[in-house]
Amino acid sequence: MNEAWLFAAQRLSAMVMAPLVLLHLGVILYAVRDGLSADEILSRTEGSLFWGAVYGLFVVAAAVHAPIGLRAVLREWGRWRGAGLDIAMALFGLLLLALGLRAVAAVL
Amino acid sequence: MAMLEVEIWRGEGGDGAWRRYAVPHEANQTVLDVVTHVQRYLDPSLAYRFACRVGMCGSCAMSVNGRPRWTCRTHVSRAARKGRLRIGPLRNLPVIRDLAVDMAPFFEKWRDAEARFIPSKEPPEEPVRPDEPERMAADAGIECINCAVCYAACDSVAWNPDYPGPAVLNRLWTLANDRRDGDRDGHLDAAGAGCHLCRSHQECADACPTGLNPTAAIAGLKREVFRRALGGRARGPRQ
Ligand code: SF4
Ligand code: SF4
Ligand code: FES
Repeated sequence: MNEAWLFAAQRLSAMVMAPLVLLHLGVILYAVRDGLSADEILSRTEGSLFWGAVYGLFVVAAAVHAPIGLRAVLREWGRWRGAGLDIAMALFGLLLLALGLRAVAAVL
Repeated sequence: MAMLEVEIWRGEGGDGAWRRYAVPHEANQTVLDVVTHVQRYLDPSLAYRFACRVGMCGSCAMSVNGRPRWTCRTHVSRAARKGRLRIGPLRNLPVIRDLAVDMAPFFEKWRDAEARFIPSKEPPEEPVRPDEPERMAADAGIECINCAVCYAACDSVAWNPDYPGPAVLNRLWTLANDRRDGDRDGHLDAAGAGCHLCRSHQECADACPTGLNPTAAIAGLKREVFRRALGGRARGPRQ
């Protein structure tokens, strides 16, 4: 694996996620201002291209970011290296992507 | 006369134990003076390494009260705790005997990364000015004496055998900024995989006896490698 590319991908995905996390926290504060209900959430998200795009982008960025970080941790602490680790991390990324996009699709 | 309670690591390879010695405390005494006193007057079989005694050669590094130091320039008054000194071999390198470690892994990483000046075929187009930013970045890290103190201080070296270590990366950064070097891209390529294993603890910068800041150099490498991964302009002439 090209470490420079992985580093770049992790940095870029972090740059994408940082503002989205703030937005997400802001929405939480706003959403719970007078109780939280499934109806209220769905009324905001259903049919909304904007929220679909925000959380879709977030899921993609997280699916790129997390496996790269986990790979570094496993290499250092677990002494696991080589192609097996890279394949496992790619699968982990795909899993995150699938679960995340499924969740996004469910509230759209 | 006040005496120092000194413990020195004695043993070969991985085996050994701390042995105690009483050494007279003198004014302006360095830790290397203490070790030399033990070897000359108390136990001639003690193995240790030094050469210049003035902080130039980088061969006298040891672990002093748990901290890697150049012993020829470390005063006892600064390193001792309540008159006690515990002097051991540098961490992260195999022990040969007593205080002498095998420096080969340290220099092999240096060699493998080709962290050395590669003269360019042509002189730089513009004369190199001492106050230009690249030269200043190179000068900031140039005074490395290859003592491996930073290598012993670095936790990333301890837990990752692939990590080249702060000194090698610091040298690669000075070379990447040296406009007289013929393979500046090559130096960045050599740093490419390794520099991302640095966790920016700054233990190296804290320990470096000549006051260098390898953490800052490595941050520069990460930045430059990042820029290149995104397809930025190549640096300097290629050979
Ligand atoms: S900053 Fe980097 S090189 Fe320095 S001690 Fe920490 S991990 Fe090692
Ligand atoms: S960077 Fe500092 S601590 Fe590391 S080898 Fe060079 S002089 Fe010694
Ligand atoms: S003996 Fe040369 S640097 Fe200490």
